[in-house]
Amino acid sequence: MAMEVIFDNVSADYQLGPIRSPLVLHSVDVTIKSGSYTAVVGYTGAGKSSFLKAMNGLLLPKEGQISIGTSVIKPDKNKKALKSIRKRVGMVFQFPESQLFAETVEKDICFGPINFGVPKTEAKEIAKQVLEQVGLQQDILKKSPFSLSGGQKRRVAIAGILAIKPDILVLDEPGAGLDPNGRKEIMDLISSWHRDRGMTTVLVTHDMEDVVTYADRVIVMEKGQVVLHDDVEKVFSNHEQLEKWHLDVPDARRFQLNFEKKTGILLPKVCLTIDDLADAFIEVGLA
Amino acid sequence: MNKLILGRYFPGDSWIHQLDPRSKLLACIYFIFVLFLANNWQTYALLWIFTLVVMYLSGVSFKTYLRGVRPLIWLILFTVFLQVLFTSGGTIYVDWGPITISEFGITNGIYIFCRFVMIVFVSTVVTLTTKPIDLTDGINSLLRPLRALKVPVDEFALMLSISLRFIPNLLDETQKVMDAQAARGTEFGEGSLVKQMKTLVPIFLPLFVSSLNRAEELANAMEVRGYQSGEKRSTFRRLTWQKRDTLCLLFMLALTAGLAFLRADGSILH
Repeated sequence: MAMEVIFDNVSADYQLGPIRSPLVLHSVDVTIKSGSYTAVVGYTGAGKSSFLKAMNGLLLPKEGQISIGTSVIKPDKNKKALKSIRKRVGMVFQFPESQLFAETVEKDICFGPINFGVPKTEAKEIAKQVLEQVGLQQDILKKSPFSLSGGQKRRVAIAGILAIKPDILVLDEPGAGLDPNGRKEIMDLISSWHRDRGMTTVLVTHDMEDVVTYADRVIVMEKGQVVLHDDVEKVFSNHEQLEKWHLDVPDARRFQLNFEKKTGILLPKVCLTIDDLADAFIEVGLA
Repeated sequence: MNKLILGRYFPGDSWIHQLDPRSKLLACIYFIFVLFLANNWQTYALLWIFTLVVMYLSGVSFKTYLRGVRPLIWLILFTVFLQVLFTSGGTIYVDWGPITISEFGITNGIYIFCRFVMIVFVSTVVTLTTKPIDLTDGINSLLRPLRALKVPVDEFALMLSISLRFIPNLLDETQKVMDAQAARGTEFGEGSLVKQMKTLVPIFLPLFVSSLNRAEELANAMEVRGYQSGEKRSTFRRLTWQKRDTLCLLFMLALTAGLAFLRADGSILH
């Protein structure tokens, strides 16, 4: 079952003893629709990671509230209720392989489900399933996670989150630091879970190609605020907004703009991916 | 994590901030020794006045110092407790075989408590008013004579500054790993003691792994830039001994004289 995430006027900061940081989230009002694939973009320090943490109750709001389906995170939320929210919202941190700790891959993947009260035998069954979902061989289960390659570690770590069977998957730059192939494979995997399971997916990324290839909604953040939340096509066809928020244009779109300027031939639609571009060329009879 | 006052630096330009780290370190160590000269309430009063004046001069609020003592309070109370129970002499108030609560026990307990708290306060003054890097330079400089005995003083100082340098990184990383494991359903500070101990494994193991990796990276980075241990090297930051540093040490001597004068039996040698 997928569900909606509603941020209702949420402000938050980090408290260091008596010292309070400036607000990292500033009256955020956003509704992430059930079953959508939302990309969150913005500069470093714009509050993207805090935004993700708030969904998981790792960062409690100072004001406002966050609804995840039927559960609500309020400033005075108690720990027990947070646990049930954490089960629903699977969170893949940046460089998730740094959370691996167990002596075997199997134990590491089972760690999450067992914490959430799944019996051991069942957890092992789940471990086998999710390992297949992330495209790894079963014989890896008995190996130490520290003996794996970087890309494999990343997948095992992500499998550890999927094993919790969350309804919402939240990822912070899952492709960072991997080679282009490994990166594409991870992104494709995420995309296929999203499609097959209708899992609500929220992805923080710096790469506009990822945004246009996989996501259907974009959230632009700046200084702790959500400044833009719209469909991908709408955002990237609107010049003013792109410039206003200093967003990069994907390669295909840049090619299209250059092409139109130099040849004077207008393509019938806004092309965001290579496939779009190819279709458009066929349509105008150039290919 | 953020309540840790020990080893933190509070920027400022008070008289104490401007002292040379060497004189601060020497004075602090010296203070811990002369503490043991005190044996009656007059001497303790003098030491308290000294401690409070130094704390005031540092320009850091008293609240901060109290927070520095808080993590140690159980250790201090435990020691005081033992003193009270196992010192005999004077009027005896309670007597259970080997365990007695006596007049001497209680005064001793109070003295020990004062000693502990003053040591914590004075050493906190040093760490709060000295940048960690200056502190390492100071230690390096003070230990220099040991080089004649083939003690690797420079390596020791380097180790110290590297460890101090990476404390913030380690704290950051601890927070990250704790968040990641909390997202996987770990509950911290809940359940039985054994259960709580178990939640530490998923935190410490990743931290060990990343620390070892980082150590190797750092070692490589130093080596490619030509670092060789045992080489003679110059320093970027020079320590300068000023008038106020001499004054500081003279002040310590004056304190000793005051203590010697106020001591119960009048002589330094007991």
